[in-house]
Amino acid sequence: MKRKDDSGAGLTIHRVICYLVLIFFTLLALFPFYVLIVNATRAHADIQKGFSAFFGGSVVSNFKAVLRDDAHPLVRAMLNSFIIAASSSALTVYFSAFTAYGINTYKDFKFRKFANGFILLIMMVPTQVSALGFIDLMAQFGLTNTFWPLIIPSIAAPAVYYFMLSYMESSLPMEIVEAARIDGANEFKTFNTIIIPMLKPALAVQAIFAFVQSWNNYFIPQLIIDSKNNKTLPILIAELRSADFTKFNMGQLYMSIAFAIVPVVIVYLILSKQIVRGVTLGGVKG
Amino acid sequence: MRNMKKAIALSMATLMAVSATACGSSSKTSKSIKDLKLTNGGKVLRIYCWNEEIQSRFADYVETAEDEIDGTKIEWVVTANKDNAYQKKLDEALKAQPSKEAKDRVDMYLIEADYALKYVNSDYSVDVKDLGLTDDDLKDQYQYTKDICTNDKGELKAVSWQATPGLFAYRRSIAKDVLGTDDPEEVQKSLASWEEFDKVAAKAHEKGYKMLSGYDDAYRVFSNNVSSAWVNDKKEVVIDDNIMKWVDQTKTYTENGYNNKSSLWDDTWNADQGSAGKVFGFFYSTWGINFTLLGNSLDTSVEDGGKEEVGNGAYGDYAVCQGPESYYWGGSWLVAAPGSDNKDLICDIMKKLTCDKDTMKKITEDTQDYTNNISAMEELAASDFHSAFLGGQNHIALFAEAAPKIDMSNTSAYDQGCNEEFQTAMREYFDGNVTKEEAIENFYKAITKKYPELKKPE
Amino acid sequence: MSAKLEDANTIPQTAKSNSGTSGKKIKGVNYNKWGYFFILPFFLVYIIFQLIPLVSTFRYSFYEHYISQGLLSEEVIHRFVGIENYKTVFTDKETWRTLGNTMIMWLMGFVPQIIISLLFASWFTDLRLRLKATGLFKTVIYMPNLIMASAFSMLFFALFSPNGPVNDILIHAGIIKESFRFFSHAGATRGLVALMNFLMWFGNTTILLMAAIMGIDPSLYESAQIDGASSGQIFRSITLPLIRPILVYVVITSMIGGLQMFDVPQILTDGTGSPYGTTKTMVMNLNEHLYSKNYGMAGTISVLLFVLSAILSIAVFLITIRPDTSEVKKKKSKSK
Repeated sequence: MKRKDDSGAGLTIHRVICYLVLIFFTLLALFPFYVLIVNATRAHADIQKGFSAFFGGSVVSNFKAVLRDDAHPLVRAMLNSFIIAASSSALTVYFSAFTAYGINTYKDFKFRKFANGFILLIMMVPTQVSALGFIDLMAQFGLTNTFWPLIIPSIAAPAVYYFMLSYMESSLPMEIVEAARIDGANEFKTFNTIIIPMLKPALAVQAIFAFVQSWNNYFIPQLIIDSKNNKTLPILIAELRSADFTKFNMGQLYMSIAFAIVPVVIVYLILSKQIVRGVTLGGVKG
Repeated sequence: MRNMKKAIALSMATLMAVSATACGSSSKTSKSIKDLKLTNGGKVLRIYCWNEEIQSRFADYVETAEDEIDGTKIEWVVTANKDNAYQKKLDEALKAQPSKEAKDRVDMYLIEADYALKYVNSDYSVDVKDLGLTDDDLKDQYQYTKDICTNDKGELKAVSWQATPGLFAYRRSIAKDVLGTDDPEEVQKSLASWEEFDKVAAKAHEKGYKMLSGYDDAYRVFSNNVSSAWVNDKKEVVIDDNIMKWVDQTKTYTENGYNNKSSLWDDTWNADQGSAGKVFGFFYSTWGINFTLLGNSLDTSVEDGGKEEVGNGAYGDYAVCQGPESYYWGGSWLVAAPGSDNKDLICDIMKKLTCDKDTMKKITEDTQDYTNNISAMEELAASDFHSAFLGGQNHIALFAEAAPKIDMSNTSAYDQGCNEEFQTAMREYFDGNVTKEEAIENFYKAITKKYPELKKPE
Repeated sequence: MSAKLEDANTIPQTAKSNSGTSGKKIKGVNYNKWGYFFILPFFLVYIIFQLIPLVSTFRYSFYEHYISQGLLSEEVIHRFVGIENYKTVFTDKETWRTLGNTMIMWLMGFVPQIIISLLFASWFTDLRLRLKATGLFKTVIYMPNLIMASAFSMLFFALFSPNGPVNDILIHAGIIKESFRFFSHAGATRGLVALMNFLMWFGNTTILLMAAIMGIDPSLYESAQIDGASSGQIFRSITLPLIRPILVYVVITSMIGGLQMFDVPQILTDGTGSPYGTTKTMVMNLNEHLYSKNYGMAGTISVLLFVLSAILSIAVFLITIRPDTSEVKKKKSKSK
């Protein structure tokens, strides 16, 4: 027997080391958020005096300071971000499923192969490389400073398309489509009333990811939006970095960052099981 | 099949409609900025600016109700100044002026000395005479505030309520410790030239103080005493010898530990102005005293319920003197935008804020800011006016001496970009990360990136 | 970096057979034409919002095109210059420096990321270790992945500023005497960018690698254990070779993501790439040209970025298409 690893003591030591390392990295991942929450509750003067591990009593006044700051309308920005992220996310999952359904169901139309290959090809093209042409075109359309350029393009999401296609290939029986056809439903209606409900679990997970991606997006929005009332949350947070430091209230600053981070963390904690599973749902089966 | 065709046709039609309307809205009218006339009767006065300073002046001296003047609403469009962001925003709005209806246009905007020429020399600013201001109205303004905003044709395009001579604000307690006196005249004698200034810096260092807070503190003092502007006729960026003097001095100060390595407006710089700060003094201009220094000096801010009084932080522990060279820093000018529908209102505001002796005197009395009215300022200089914040000093007298010396002849439209990028590039040199040559190279790189039309001299 | 999130969720499956019944003809109706209807919106949107912009970006790269920024003029400089912009970009130190910065910061974050992720993935899946609370650990380490990069950067800027909490803690702990200015040292600033990227991605990579390891046939492990192989031996000779395709996939998609690095250094350094441009990435350089509306140079840098990511994408494509053959070859040569 050479299985020395299995001997009680060796294994216990091994386990202890594992736990210590894991705890270290867990704390590392949590530390910034902990400081964030603590400092968001402390007053400017306290923060200036130094770090404290304990919560302060200025939550309300910091919160009010954020709401009062007309130069950085954070609540408005949250609303804007929410509108954009929710619409983009809905469009992304619906149309990715839509497109994938077209490719998966109809095996014999002219551009099918080309279309599928093309989408795979463009999957890796970063949005940054066409940013120049994009802002130029949006300016010509008169869409600068509107939400449209941040919402409409999410219809074409190659990666989500590819996920939906894989999902349909593995778990959408064609018999259902055929049964619907016998019932005389038209294809579009079949998709909306029968297929979409069947895809719900997959759609939900992808919708979360699409939402978060749009919610966090900074590069393109900062090129498109510049009117105060249309700014999204990341743009406003970035502006805090270059804001007029003479009027800087650190408590308010931390509270503003908390505004951007905490809602996502809460949603994540509620849905963490589904989300963590969703990361791998892409199908690392083989 | 029919359904499918219908659906495709429908989606195509929608898309075309969308793109058609989108294109339609951006189509340009043939009107140009020169065709725009000033009118009256506007319901909204739209003002572009970069911070809240002007808003508070409006609130205290112009408005009849909150954001309102005799029934006309004021709409503020505030964009931070940094990295030309304000200029960009303003340019876009001004260029869109002809294609907009009068009620949606910019009515008035603010400019700074660093880029005043860009607007003054363009068609996007209105001659104040066309608004109704007369030479008699303007007679009490400091000449330099008018010179910088007068274009090649001799038209005055912008007016300011403030004059911004610079000076050196020092901590009385530290001066006493280092020089044995906190009397402004005595301190000034010790700081009258850069050589003297350096000696005091060394003395302060021995006592455990820093002469200056950061790298950029003395920048304006050097950059205002240059022999030529940043950009020459050939669109070449020229670094003046005097600016290089700033580089060398700052490098020496950094190496000797005479400064605290901060940058303007950063939190170290702000903290250095408070009671716990160990910095001898700050180069500040008129507006900086009330707008920045006062707030920073308090231990308990006004927002947190603190009072502006002796005992709260470093309040009362500051004083001002001229310093080694005369200079200016900042200042805001009011400009009327072509096509505004509030002509008379703008004229009234300009008169009230920049020509009216009583108002301007009151601004100084209320806020300690220095205003652009020679006779009002001279009256105050001769009076027993004093500032509790500055330990009872009459700083207006000092400013009144300095203001007429201001020379703004060596400015260019590119100054904001050049100043910002030069300070940024040199910071790396002061930090010891790059050599002087590399830092200069980085500056040229950044400035030609910021202004594609500029080039490095051959 | 945002694109990476999506990529990570959709590991391409290896050669999958199309098993569904074809949608050819039922009751004599040809449904195939519906295919056009279903793929139409995607392609319309893609062509208008991505393809046309891409082509126009390429076109700009052959023009000198800018609007004067210092003067208020309507005049747009627009002149065909052939490959002049490319000459400028290729001889410009800034181009190579930003590419170098990008790669260095990516590597500084990625190397620990892949090592730690492999370690964690192997621990979490180790049947003999039977670690408890793995779900909790996974939940926590994945969390930073969903955090807004701009807010995360702003947070790090506040934490590591000279008067910030980290300096305060270090001074109180007696580790340093006076504030360490993180944002004035190239190594420290780059390290912070790398640390943030590490924190944002190591959880994600761990979960991906775990899934890959769990996909390995358990009988392989069982027989290895019977043969008396140690955990380390099993990891080296079974786990590692079998998850290699996924590993390579993770490396290259992360590299593509790294090439797009923008949010974190942009906000951490307020767009300056300070100190002395050591944290300025390629996309930040592109962003500067976009900001001053110098479309000629912006277009050229975009093309360069496009070419680099295309090369990497093709690599992903080749690897995921034929992972098994290359795998077998490698294994054979190793065992010799």
